[in-house]
Amino acid sequence: MPLSKNIQNKMRDLKSHFPTEQALLIPLLHALQEEHGWISLENMKEAASFLNLPLMKVREVVSFYTMFNQKPIGKIHLQICTNISCWLKGADHLLECAEKKLKIKSGETTEDGKFTISKVECLGSCGTAPVLQMNEEYFENLSADHLNELLKKWELELNEGKTHLGKVQL
Amino acid sequence: MNQNVLNTIAHEKNSHQLEVYKSKGGYSSLVNLINITPEQVINEVKKSNLRGRGGAGFPTAKKWTFLPNDDRARYLVCNADEGEPGTFKDRFLMNKLPHQIIEGMIIAAYAIKSKTAYIYIRGEFVKEYKIMEQALKEAYDANILGKDLNIYLYRGAGAYICGEETALLNSLEGKRGEPRNKPPFPAHVGAFGMPTCVNNVETFTSLPWIINHGGDAFAKLGVGLSGGTRLFSVSGHIKNPGVYELPMTFTIKQLIDHCGGIPDGKKLKAIIPGGASAPMMTADEIETPLDFDSIAKAGSMAGSGAIIVMDETTCIVEAAARLLKFYEHESCGQCSQCREGSHWLARLFDRLEKGLGNESDLALIEDICSNMIGQTICAFSEAMTGPALSSIRKFKSEFLEHINNKGCPHKLHLKEKEVSHVL
Repeated sequence: MPLSKNIQNKMRDLKSHFPTEQALLIPLLHALQEEHGWISLENMKEAASFLNLPLMKVREVVSFYTMFNQKPIGKIHLQICTNISCWLKGADHLLECAEKKLKIKSGETTEDGKFTISKVECLGSCGTAPVLQMNEEYFENLSADHLNELLKKWELELNEGKTHLGKVQL
Repeated sequence: MNQNVLNTIAHEKNSHQLEVYKSKGGYSSLVNLINITPEQVINEVKKSNLRGRGGAGFPTAKKWTFLPNDDRARYLVCNADEGEPGTFKDRFLMNKLPHQIIEGMIIAAYAIKSKTAYIYIRGEFVKEYKIMEQALKEAYDANILGKDLNIYLYRGAGAYICGEETALLNSLEGKRGEPRNKPPFPAHVGAFGMPTCVNNVETFTSLPWIINHGGDAFAKLGVGLSGGTRLFSVSGHIKNPGVYELPMTFTIKQLIDHCGGIPDGKKLKAIIPGGASAPMMTADEIETPLDFDSIAKAGSMAGSGAIIVMDETTCIVEAAARLLKFYEHESCGQCSQCREGSHWLARLFDRLEKGLGNESDLALIEDICSNMIGQTICAFSEAMTGPALSSIRKFKSEFLEHINNKGCPHKLHLKEKEVSHVL
């Protein structure tokens, strides 16, 4: 399957920014993940052929960067920072609450495919710790009660068929 | 007396908009720029004693002069891949003062005669990406950009190591973010094989003031060979965490007081003065001033200006274990000393924290660290020995307590708290 028109147009616009084609790889992978939620081997092959790169060059990049999901994830990706400043402000407790509520461990996705929890490293929000990143949106100074409310709200919104929760159109 | 050099109009409403920025004197340095040569800009910055704000503290003007004097294309890169645990000043600047960053980049590009610049923003900062994108659009529409200089945005994808400048350049080229061997330095072989200069967001943000007020005035705001004021990201056990612009003559104690002190009347146990990689300092060392050289003399580093405050309830063993786990996760894996060392250090600290370690582990940590310093492609490996060695040396009694009690003495009261909050 070739790349979508939308992605092709995006790449065409970016092309003049860089002297090499390979430099488009990371923007292209971001765009693919935005469309599919994760990056499959099929996507990598498309990217490789589009940029005239060996597949290996694409795979090694996908596997290097933590933001690229190499398997499908839930519609709502909860990323909780447990690094030092967030830990000092009680991030472990938040993580525990989320895990209990959703009955999964970090790194797992709920059976209905709605939620994934990840433990992540510093998100650059140490002054407003603890922080949770839901898809692309930050929730700072988060308390357990607030997290609880948010989880209920998101569940409801998903059931109402809302898509693109916490997604920013780039 | 606090001079606002960086944090000029951040408190104003819509400070990120061109109109607001201009109405408060923004972009005025560009008028001054017309009358001076690139060499004069470099000279002014040299006089200012501006040192790179990313962490290494290298003199900015000196870095610029490393670029060869030829007519090849050359690139300017803004390092906005902020990821050092404890640091959030660049995010603050992008949110509040995107135009000041652009203005600084125009000055730097003029000084090094570059026509193309990139801003490498960490992937998670989507909101900041949008703000920078909008600010660039405004600058293009107003013909501030486009004629002499083009600035493009580039999103990272979640790799701490891409804050290291050569890893960043690899990432910018669409490759794995692995640091390069030096030499050749980026000044000669940088982005896409061309001469390149990489500077931090805050470094750029300082430049307009230097051009408007002169290098000497900037130098005077600082102390010794560290010119200007600095943004400090203050987090952890502190009453009013946040980004503060302060003179580097401030001591750690003054900074803590300035930020409201430690909440709930608790006592200070330790601080990390320059982001995760900086060796920890004890409560006895808080009279140290915050400039690069004073902190270095005290055996730590001023790094990115991230101050992490830990009160008396903090378990230093766990704090160190967290940091080492971070390094284990973020090691790029090129050099065996770092790839293996980070793994073993993380395991050792975890074991000690759980009360399963023994005293010989401390000697083992020293031994592992001694093999990680100065033997790798980049400074990442050495950076993790900062928290590892400082914690076991300065807080040895806590480690021994864990070993002798066969457990963490802090965990007991924490457990109680957790149970009371079960949903």
